[in-house]
Amino acid sequence: MEILNAIVLFTNFVVVPALSYGSQLALGALGITLIYGILRFANFAHGDTMAFGTMIVILLTWLLQSWGISFGPLPTALLALPFAVVATAAMVLVTDRLVYAHYRRIRAPFITMTMASIGVTLVLNGVVRFIIGTDDRTFFDGERFIMKAREFKTWSGLNEGLAIKSSQALTVGVAFILVVVLFWFLNRTRTGKSMRAFSDNEDLALLSGISPRKVVAVTWIIAGGLAAIAGTLYGLDKSFGPFTYFQLVLPMFAAAIVGGVGNPLGAIVGGFVVAFSEVMLTYAYKKFATYLVPPEWAPDGLLQLLGTDYKFAVSFFILVIVLLVRPTGILRGKVI
Amino acid sequence: MKKLLLASTMLAGLTGAAFADGHEVKMGVILGFTGPIESLTPNMAGSAEMAMKEASDSGELLDGKVIVPVRGDSTCTDAAAATAAAERLVTAENVVGIFGADCSGVTTAIVNNVAVPNGVVSISPSATSPALTTVEDKGFFFRTAPSDARQGQILSDVLKDKGITNVAVTYTNNDYGKGLADAFASAFKASGGTIAISAPHEDDKADYSAEVGALAAAGAEHLAVFGYVDKGGKGIIQTSLDTGAFDQFILADGMIGDSLIEAIGDDLNGTIGTLPGSDSEGAAMFKKIAAAGGMEKVDGPYMPESYDAAALMILAMQKAGSTDRAEIQAEIMGVANAPGEKIYPGELDKALKILADGGDVDYEGASNVTFTEVGEAAGSFKELEVKNGKFETMKIR
Repeated sequence: MEILNAIVLFTNFVVVPALSYGSQLALGALGITLIYGILRFANFAHGDTMAFGTMIVILLTWLLQSWGISFGPLPTALLALPFAVVATAAMVLVTDRLVYAHYRRIRAPFITMTMASIGVTLVLNGVVRFIIGTDDRTFFDGERFIMKAREFKTWSGLNEGLAIKSSQALTVGVAFILVVVLFWFLNRTRTGKSMRAFSDNEDLALLSGISPRKVVAVTWIIAGGLAAIAGTLYGLDKSFGPFTYFQLVLPMFAAAIVGGVGNPLGAIVGGFVVAFSEVMLTYAYKKFATYLVPPEWAPDGLLQLLGTDYKFAVSFFILVIVLLVRPTGILRGKVI
Repeated sequence: MKKLLLASTMLAGLTGAAFADGHEVKMGVILGFTGPIESLTPNMAGSAEMAMKEASDSGELLDGKVIVPVRGDSTCTDAAAATAAAERLVTAENVVGIFGADCSGVTTAIVNNVAVPNGVVSISPSATSPALTTVEDKGFFFRTAPSDARQGQILSDVLKDKGITNVAVTYTNNDYGKGLADAFASAFKASGGTIAISAPHEDDKADYSAEVGALAAAGAEHLAVFGYVDKGGKGIIQTSLDTGAFDQFILADGMIGDSLIEAIGDDLNGTIGTLPGSDSEGAAMFKKIAAAGGMEKVDGPYMPESYDAAALMILAMQKAGSTDRAEIQAEIMGVANAPGEKIYPGELDKALKILADGGDVDYEGASNVTFTEVGEAAGSFKELEVKNGKFETMKIR
């Protein structure tokens, strides 16, 4: 019984939030790692691309709601999402034409492209704030919970509750499907293979007749679409704020690099490593330990390794350690 | 342009001459007319100036003197700018006293750099930092707003009455949140309660699950939230309810707002909180005269305290029978506290008459003014509880 309580407690406050946060990071990191692997620069604008996509979703959700359209127990935002994916993909293609195409043509070094992406970040952030404002917005509608903490307690008879929000289940489910589709696309289709070839050796790929334009365009479309979906899932689960998305860039980059930048599988591993470390290192284990040890050993302190204020520092910390110890990341990616 | 300038200078000279016959008394009004609380200060200044006008119009003040308010900008955040503004009012405009400042930081700067060195009284309507209780003011600083330390004590009393002895505390990571959390912790511990965990939270985050997880792990059943209603505080409460970490909350003034109930809904029922203010006779009378005086708002934050701060300065002047700065300082405690006839908003002419005849007044005003030994409002607080989706006042403390 005590052990069950401890497991439920840990699941409720660590495993469930970290799983959904990890999935959101993984989707974001996938976009970053694709751009890095194929277009060969660190795209700092990815966070604000997510914000842009989410903004479109929110605006469309409001429109649908005003028409009285809903999606049953699921959030209306899911209906708006396909349109937002298209809009975001179009937006990144336009950005590419206006900004990055020029730097590719003059064969600008890595750092120039990266700096250009910071410029794009600032512009996008301004545009998003200008259109939707700086306030925090929640746009989840439909059934909020799959399981409520109180219902779980009465059902199981345990002291601890387990709550699963539908947004969390949705996040993990959608992320899983997307990852499967993406890997199928990269490994099994002609376009996917040409993208991987382009990433491996650009010159050789060009010699063998792969169209660079097509590869670049498809990469941007996938990255933009992933950004819109990741942003929307994050916003549904938590809340949308232009600055919050900007701050997500750090953990997403940490995830991509930790996993092995340029390696899609690495991005997913990295996303979960960063999310679980953030949550596990800042969780206070007092109650958890109290369930497991005999009463007389019950701890007085909180058994908390780091204050929750330091959550962001955790991503930095992991990043530094990985860069020092294993610069290629957990699964071999490129050296950044 | 030159002519216009000349004309306005002459006009200014003429008006000056009209007052220069000794009927004019200047009073400083220092508030943050620019800066983070600029939306509140026009109504605060208006309330104070309403009291000045009321006293002037009565004709009873020191045999018919007229009070002229002189405004200065405290900026709320820039101590140097606030000090310069106060310095100008005290030395160049020669004000008899300072109404202000507003925010705790600039108020401390003005007290230390201008009010005490020059021997000028300053009465703040809204500085609530506990640190101002112990500032070296030589008796020249007063405030009509209660210290946050007081709210900490009141919250602790409320919990004690409800039999709650173990709470988790989370506060917004700034001077307000930290000050209140510290004040509450010391009062609560003194009354035998336990703080299971006291952890700050940052505002404007999307996700508070880690914060809530840590708070819940400490094992308390009640969560005290000292934050802002439209910012992190709401996120903390929402996440707590979602994860089943807490379902009973204790809120301080920054968290009281209808937007919280709109966002959270019925789960908030049973939540308790405190908010400065009272439903006293004086508060109602203030609303009446504010409406009659053409104020754009009658129940804005710190408006009653502003009226009271100015009124106290005026009554002290009358009691002293002079406009001498030191003599005004000596009389403030006397007019604020018993004994004497109780005075409410709109009754300044009555008070001035009593004082002119050598009587005593006990100014209650719009906010039930009673000064503690160090010259700050003891303050009354409403004890609130959420019932059927509404904040209801249970008791005045």
